[in-house]
Order: sequence, then structure tokens, then C-alpha cells
Amino acid sequence: MKPPPFTYHAPRDLAAAVRTLAEVDGKVLAGGQSLIPMLNMRLAAPAHLVDINRAEGLGGIEADPAGVRVGALARHSEVERSGAHPLLTRALRLVAHPVIRNRGTVVGSLVHADPAAELPAVLAVLGGAVRVARWDGGAVAVREVPAAEFFVGPMESAVAPGELAVSAFFPALGAHDGVAFEEVARRHGDYALAGVCAVVTPRGAKVACVGVGPVPVVVDLGDLVNLDSGAPDPRAAADLRAAADLRAAAEAVREATEPEADIHASAAYRRHLVGVLAERALREAAREGAAARGA
Amino acid sequence: MEHEITLIVNGTARRARVPARRLLSDCLRHDLGLTGTHVGCEHGVCGCCTVLLDGRPVRSCLTFAVTVDGAELTTVEGLAGRDGRLSAVQRAFAECHGLQCGFCTPGFLCTVTALLAENPAPTDDEVIDGISGNLCRCTGYQNIVKAVHRAAELLAEEA
Repeated sequence: MKPPPFTYHAPRDLAAAVRTLAEVDGKVLAGGQSLIPMLNMRLAAPAHLVDINRAEGLGGIEADPAGVRVGALARHSEVERSGAHPLLTRALRLVAHPVIRNRGTVVGSLVHADPAAELPAVLAVLGGAVRVARWDGGAVAVREVPAAEFFVGPMESAVAPGELAVSAFFPALGAHDGVAFEEVARRHGDYALAGVCAVVTPRGAKVACVGVGPVPVVVDLGDLVNLDSGAPDPRAAADLRAAADLRAAAEAVREATEPEADIHASAAYRRHLVGVLAERALREAAREGAAARGA
Repeated sequence: MEHEITLIVNGTARRARVPARRLLSDCLRHDLGLTGTHVGCEHGVCGCCTVLLDGRPVRSCLTFAVTVDGAELTTVEGLAGRDGRLSAVQRAFAECHGLQCGFCTPGFLCTVTALLAENPAPTDDEVIDGISGNLCRCTGYQNIVKAVHRAAELLAEEA
């Protein structure tokens, strides 16, 4: 249970970090809350570790009306406390335990690309992007990768060898949008068996599901679900229609996902669960959006 | 290759020469002789190795010592006052029987110290969420939760 030996690099800025990554076949260490367990259990044995914790200018959380940009060294707990983005805050409360969140980073979670992790779903449902840097021989070259192209497969992101993810951008919500994140895990802090992240706007609804496919599964529900779907009185005719819409939406989500069975749950159970969670998340998000609109 | 590092542990600057792969937990225990920090699972699940890094609880088994060169750390050895009087959290754990075998206790004490510093009067749910990353196989947690509330009382009385 000790990490295998590796050559350690501690670059002091972004240029030095990507230069090092261009020279050696290295793994990036930021928060290390997923990487170090893998090293301790010898599931990974990189020859070089590039520790970016001392690199200047990679931290920070910048919020403007368009959205929130989170730097590579911004810890989960820092982003959670900042309250810069309501959906991100809600999702972060579901990530592991508070102590892990003091060290783990938001960008690290995205690059790790665990299909059961919460943060990739948030980036995916919002249509955010990740900024990726590399050394092109003379300078730092940067590209923006949209969320739809960022998650390539289970534990695989679009960050190529030699590249470093420097920040992630989460687009802001509208004033009348409602959001929710619902998941079921076997134990507190575990990765979820399934989870659904929902955004309901005055124009329509979108969800991203975790744990039910190789990457976050985004389902655009169009105007099937709207802010009226959260109305609290099930006796009203509009609400009966809303309830039927929610059930139809849940069915659409079930059909879009391809869950697999593992030791924790069967594929059929996960498919059932994701529908239930979608209905719950959509209702909650619709209710929140309706309240914001003053309905 | 070894790295020369300095850690401010419990208010004292300590130097060590460590290979990059030295976990902070092993650095504290083996290089600095501070064996109060316990090592349970070594993959971040049990919480026994929790220490305070610049005031915030972290897993010392999921941190390389070389990464935190220059940082301030508080381990269980540093929770009591300079005169040896146990901290309010330590006294509350003793008073409420918040420990039996004691293996998980250093991690709980560090986690709870930070929890109460941030939230001096937590609700039951906040306590349970706060200690959710620490495992105890003896107590069944009831007395630990009581101890957290008792520590909050003691801290309020002594403030």
C-alpha cells in the first residue's frame, strides 16, 4: 500500500508545467484524491509525476455574468464555499466526503472522467468547456474543448498525453432556471449507483445522468417538462398533465441510457433507478424555477 | 532522489529528507516520530490519518509530504494545550465515551476540531455529514455524535 517510485517534477508556472509534460511521459498531480489511491494500490505506476500544486496562476474561481471559470487548482471545498454556481455547489455536496473535498479539485474530477462522478454531469448538462494547454515547441498553446467532446469514455477525457487541463468553464444559469441533482449511493460519500442532474428553464428541460453509461448521458427533453411541472397541487388539471409529462420524461431518460451491471447493482435496477431519479430531479428543478419566477 | 522538506508541525519547524513517494502519513510517523496519526486503509476511506493542513482536515495518506513542503500541520499531538490540558474536543470524547479501542480517534479528533471551528453549533445532520468520512468499528457512532455536541458546549462555555 505504498506508491511505486516515480520521478517528481514541481513546475512553478504553467509554461514550465506543459514543457515538462512535453518532455516526459508524466501524470499530472493536482488534488490527488483519485490518483494517490490508485498509486497506493499500485493500479497505476507512472514513471513521472508532474505536481502542479506549486504552479502560479492555476488556482482561482472567476465568476462573471456569462458563467464561472474554475482553475485547475481550485479545490472542491473552495468552489463549494464560494457559491459561485448553484448547480456546481449542489453537485459538490455529493462528491465524496468533506475532508476529501478539501484537497480534491474540480478540474481534476473532470479529467478523471469517472462515469459515476457528479461534476462531469454538471459540465455536460450546462454545455461548459475545458481549457487545455500544451507546449508547442516555443510557447503555450491553448484549446477549448466543449463538454460534448470532452468525455471520451469511462475514465477517459479528451486531454491528450502532454496536455494539461488548466481550467473549466461552467455557463451561468438564467434568473428563472431551476436545478437539481438527485442520486442514490450505497453508502454516504460513495460513487452513485445512478444520478440525475437536471436543469429546467422557461423554455424546456435537460438532464445529464451518471452511472448509467460510459460518459455522462445528456438527454434534451425539449418542452416536455417546463416550470409548470413543479406545481404542487396534483388535483389541478394542469398538474395532472405535468405529472404525465414527468413520467414521459422519465421514460425518455430510461431509453437514452445504457447501464451496465456490476457488483453493486444490476443493469435493470440502474435503468429503473435513473427514471425515478429523473422524475424527482425534474420536479424539484421545475419547482425551484417556478419559485424563482414567482409563480 | 530525495527531497529536503520543512513542515511546520504543531507549531514547530521540522526538517526531513524524503523520497517523493513518501506519503505525508508515513513522513509524520516514520521521519518525524509522530505516531499519533494512525494509518488504516491507505486509500482515503477510513479517515484515521486525518490531519489539519493549514487548518483544514485532509487525508495524510492521500498527500505526498513533498507536495506540502512549507505548510502548517496540526496532528493529534498538537490538539492539547501547551500545558498538557486536553482540548475541549478531546475532553468531550473522554467524557462521552466517544472511543473504545482508540484507533480511529486521532482522525475523529482532527476532523471534529476543524468541524467545530467552522460551525460552532452544528445540528445532528451536520455532525453526521461532518464525520461521514471517518470510520469507527467500535462505538456505533452514537457516543461520537454526543461527544461532538458536548465539545461544542465546552467550546461555547470556554469562549
